[in-house]
Amino acid sequence: MNKERRDFIRKTGLGVLAGICASSGLIQAFALEETVLPAWDEKPVPGKIRWGMLIDTRKCRQDCKECVAMCHHVHNVPDFGNRKDEVKWIWKSSYEHVFPTSTQQFRTKEVLERPYLALCNHCAESPCTRACPTEATFKRWDGIVSMDYHRCIGCRFCMAACPYGSRSFNWRDPREGIKEASVDYPTRMTGVVEKCNFCSDRLVKGLMPACVESCPEKALTFGDLNDPRSDIRALLESNNTMQRKPELGTKPSVFYII
Amino acid sequence: MIEKALKGTRNYWAWIASLLALIAVGITAYNRQRWFGLTVTGMGRDISWGLYIAQFTFLVGVAASAVMVVLPYYLHNQKVFSKTVIIGEFMAVSATLMCLLFILADMGRPDRVLNVLLYPSPHSMVFWDVMVLNGYFIINLVSGWTVLGAERRGIPPPAWVKPIIYLSIPWAVSIHTVTAFLYAGLPGRHLWLTAVLAPRFLASAFAAGTSLLILVTLIIKKVSGFDTGKEAREKLAVIVTYAGLINIFMIGTEFFTAFYSNVPSHKHSLQYLFFGLEGHYNLVPFMWFSLILGLGSLAVLLVPGLKTSPKWLAAACAGLVVSIWIDKGVGLILGGFIPSPLDEIVDYFPTLTEVSVTVGIWAIGMLVLTLLLKVAVAVKTQE
Repeated sequence: MNKERRDFIRKTGLGVLAGICASSGLIQAFALEETVLPAWDEKPVPGKIRWGMLIDTRKCRQDCKECVAMCHHVHNVPDFGNRKDEVKWIWKSSYEHVFPTSTQQFRTKEVLERPYLALCNHCAESPCTRACPTEATFKRWDGIVSMDYHRCIGCRFCMAACPYGSRSFNWRDPREGIKEASVDYPTRMTGVVEKCNFCSDRLVKGLMPACVESCPEKALTFGDLNDPRSDIRALLESNNTMQRKPELGTKPSVFYII
Repeated sequence: MIEKALKGTRNYWAWIASLLALIAVGITAYNRQRWFGLTVTGMGRDISWGLYIAQFTFLVGVAASAVMVVLPYYLHNQKVFSKTVIIGEFMAVSATLMCLLFILADMGRPDRVLNVLLYPSPHSMVFWDVMVLNGYFIINLVSGWTVLGAERRGIPPPAWVKPIIYLSIPWAVSIHTVTAFLYAGLPGRHLWLTAVLAPRFLASAFAAGTSLLILVTLIIKKVSGFDTGKEAREKLAVIVTYAGLINIFMIGTEFFTAFYSNVPSHKHSLQYLFFGLEGHYNLVPFMWFSLILGLGSLAVLLVPGLKTSPKWLAAACAGLVVSIWIDKGVGLILGGFIPSPLDEIVDYFPTLTEVSVTVGIWAIGMLVLTLLLKVAVAVKTQE
């Protein structure tokens, strides 16, 4: 093979390779569409951050639903008005339902009648991510249990595995149940599971989770459980707190002050 | 060899036609489900698995029970099973096929089913279940078909098929163990969170699946005159009796642990199933019917002489199949979801669409079984 031909083949090959890289976004400078993935290129050391939430149930008002309303609006969570098709990320329930295995006897009437928020616990030892056969639900570097709606096959194994009932399935087209669509978060399709994402979509923009921001009583505190100087750690150390079903060893990242 | 399934009597074709009609009903219902989503079923946020997964669980047992003829015939040289083996293997093929179809029917996004293989996740029991079920399907189809083909030509089966047949024995145990592990490893579902689940699945499988095998051999005898042998059926009935008794024993141990320990979360599901909980009594009559029918059938099998009469044998076998179908197919799956993780009770009723899809899948399984057994009987009787 003469040198000219070899050169030609080499240059063509390099050209094709560069074209593929550029169009696929591997070479940032030439990318047709810029790929911005802070979670990817600025990936911190695993285990360094663990997002968590502390709910001061003493401050939670009976008649207030601001956190639920804002979360469900921002994330385009549908409302069909029936229990069977229900999709929910955060909701208010009672003491006996949120803490069914905790002490029920001789609690004051006020404690038993107070509303209690339920949401995904973003467990450090999450049974749902273990059960998922496609890694459609997975644990992020910052402790958030996340969902890939495009990979989920809808087998609902994570729902059976979750001991907190925090996961919902799209039994029907969710778009029919959205009254006022939000542009901040994509809608989902029929046949996939969804749940609270600890507002990973807002954290990346430097915002607090929707429920935390919307609470008029400032009952919710969000922060890094692994940072000893964080507000949440200070509150955890100065208060007596509870987790849901700690006996299962899931290590929930959501704590409650009763 | 398959051409042997194309020759049959009027009754044979009428049977095929009615199965095809039921399959058409099932496909129509499934279309509806694909169009509107799984909202057309009775499942919901609290009871997120229902009839489909229940059928799947029961049928894995039917599939696994083929080992009850393969093992004595190939490992212990029990010649009495020479005509029954192929029927057991083909039953395993059609039961496994139904299992896979029920999983598919239950999926929200069946179009993405290959994601299970694209992103293999060994930490997920579903991944292993898909592996072992597909493997079992292939093993039984290949070994059954090859041995039958050799018999048709009047030559001994090729040497390579022997290891595959031996492999099918532990494999049968694996499919039902992995299926039990789907449930037995989930925290917070106390009815399932028991080490005895896998052994109990095997016992109930060998009782119900082998009973079904006896019934199928009786039906074949009636419609084609091909008899797998009275002695073979009686030996199978002994297996059914012991497996059924072990199953009842293990149900009893579940009751002891739950009620003697007096731990509320361990008792709740059993209370809901057998006595009713907080005003919900939906499944109570079914569970008692299942238990009494199971005990009654075992009593028939235990009375000396009764099981030698084909009528009593058929009645006892049918009783056990129905009993275990309710216990494992209905009670176990629904009971696992009640009460919910938030200690709430929600009742479940399957819808017409759901029942139609279920009937359709059973019809597909019976069609495949009919065709395979038609070939087997034609070869065996040298038509």
